[in-house]
Amino acid sequence: MSAISRDEVARVAALARLSVPPEELDKLAEQLDSIVEAVRVVSEAAGGDVPATSHPIPLVNVFRADEVRPSLSVDQALLAAPAREADQFKVPQILGEEP
Amino acid sequence: MSGDITLARFDDVLEHFDPVMGIEVHVELNTRTKMFCGCATTFGAPPNTQVCPVCIGLPGSMPAVNQKAVESAIRLGLALHCRIAERCTFARKNYFYPDLSKNYQISQYEDPIDQDGYLDVELEDGTIFRVEIERAHMEEDAAKNTHVGGATGRIQGADYTLVDYNRGGMPLIEIVTKPITGAGARAPEVARAYVAALREVVLALGISDARMEQGSLRADVNLSLRPKAADAAAQAKVPFGKRSETKNVNSLRAIERAVRYEIRRQGALLAAGQLVTQETRHWHEDSEETSPGRSKEQAEDYRYFPEPDLLPIEPDRAWVEELRAALPEMPAVKRARLKAEWGFTDREMLAAVNAGAVDLIEATVAAGAGPAGARKWWLGELARVANEREVDLVDLPVTPVDVAQVEALIGAGRITDKLARQVLAGVMAGEGTPEQVVAARGLEVVSDDAALLEAVDAALAAQPDVAEAIKAGRVQAAGAIVGAVMKATRGQADAARVRELILQRVGA
Repeated sequence: MSAISRDEVARVAALARLSVPPEELDKLAEQLDSIVEAVRVVSEAAGGDVPATSHPIPLVNVFRADEVRPSLSVDQALLAAPAREADQFKVPQILGEEP
Repeated sequence: MSGDITLARFDDVLEHFDPVMGIEVHVELNTRTKMFCGCATTFGAPPNTQVCPVCIGLPGSMPAVNQKAVESAIRLGLALHCRIAERCTFARKNYFYPDLSKNYQISQYEDPIDQDGYLDVELEDGTIFRVEIERAHMEEDAAKNTHVGGATGRIQGADYTLVDYNRGGMPLIEIVTKPITGAGARAPEVARAYVAALREVVLALGISDARMEQGSLRADVNLSLRPKAADAAAQAKVPFGKRSETKNVNSLRAIERAVRYEIRRQGALLAAGQLVTQETRHWHEDSEETSPGRSKEQAEDYRYFPEPDLLPIEPDRAWVEELRAALPEMPAVKRARLKAEWGFTDREMLAAVNAGAVDLIEATVAAGAGPAGARKWWLGELARVANEREVDLVDLPVTPVDVAQVEALIGAGRITDKLARQVLAGVMAGEGTPEQVVAARGLEVVSDDAALLEAVDAALAAQPDVAEAIKAGRVQAAGAIVGAVMKATRGQADAARVRELILQRVGA
């Protein structure tokens, strides 16, 4: 029994704006399942006395002073833009609503 | 726009339903730099001139937390009586939209920096309403999209979109209330008063410009209706209804209107036996309506996960206590203190607050005027002029020091109230200080009795019948002579002194 369902794959694909043909959903579910399974080994290794962490180094409070640093020039900033109009990034018409 | 929407009468809805609100306010901080990079935050800079690899999300760039923004978040939390988290982290809120170059917004999720507070809000009649705060968390703002082409200029029908990342990465604090219940018919007023009070706190702390028209303070209002119960205890057991979230509410007035509108719209749906859809709605300032956006159930799945590029924050307790000790006096507390110090009645204080005159009166008093005199000018003549010019009192070209000087001139008997109006007009016309205006316009009271007597004699001679009447004991007839003298001296005489001289002269 796979932990990741076909529906979940479809849902995540939709959230990620990926188009996945229906015939590939089962195959992807299986592949994702094996990834999740591999990670599960890690959670078994870590006992209840190990707190969850998002960072390997036990550091906290790393701050930056509120001092202005030079920004990019407009041309540098727009260098990798898919398209440009005046000094702005130009992107295709957006489907759906603003979050 | 949405002609098919039926609205129920507000009072009818409130007879059967209890409104429940949740308000989310985004405050853009006035730090010099962005939340996670050193780009400047100047409002109105040319497009894409305040951007760097971090805030346009180039691969390999790493965010670094702005300490000042954290300090502002802690100070706001303390002012809102929140618990400051012992440890808090950042999280990625994932969604795909060009206003987010990284496809995620760095925000806080499970452990926001400020938790469980409250704000006491004063309503128009002086009632205090406590709004409970669920949390306040730090996050980054999104970029500004401009939809080009299409019929409406909005999203639907746009041909393409231009993106300016200057705003992307600006530091925000989002303040979220717990469900606000028990406001009843006052829900629209409570919503407005809450945002107004929160804005005052933010301004008192000096952490944001909090300009709603520029978007540096933005409110989203959640509203639902539930059947009304017999009493508060029974009401508390009634589950909440489906809610709408109204976005784009960009003025205090609009908040009140939007809440009122949603109460009437949802009331009509429920009265007709229909269901309220859980959705985002947009407020339209022009038509004073809301229109539907996304359906919530579909869209709200952000797959939050911990931000691996940022380390946790554990605010040092000594730092927190230091910030607490240095908090400024909160506006509501300050108002209560000033009201007592000034000896104002509730009504007088309320009028001063509503006119935006409290700080002006305070500064005028500090410059030496009495509170009653300061109030008289700011809420009288100057309020009239401000109203006429359609500007705020604070924007009139007259300072508290000017007003205090006018009061001093009156106190010294050098000008009358009537002349003072001309003096203030002169100050506002850019003719200088009150002293300079008095000198330049020759407005000083004629206090020289000889000069006044001359005018009195002339007036009595011109109206012998009135002189006779006064002599015969009809003292009130002296008014006509006072008027004539005032006219002759172009209003620069002290009317009371003129009256005394008239009575002396006719021997009454």
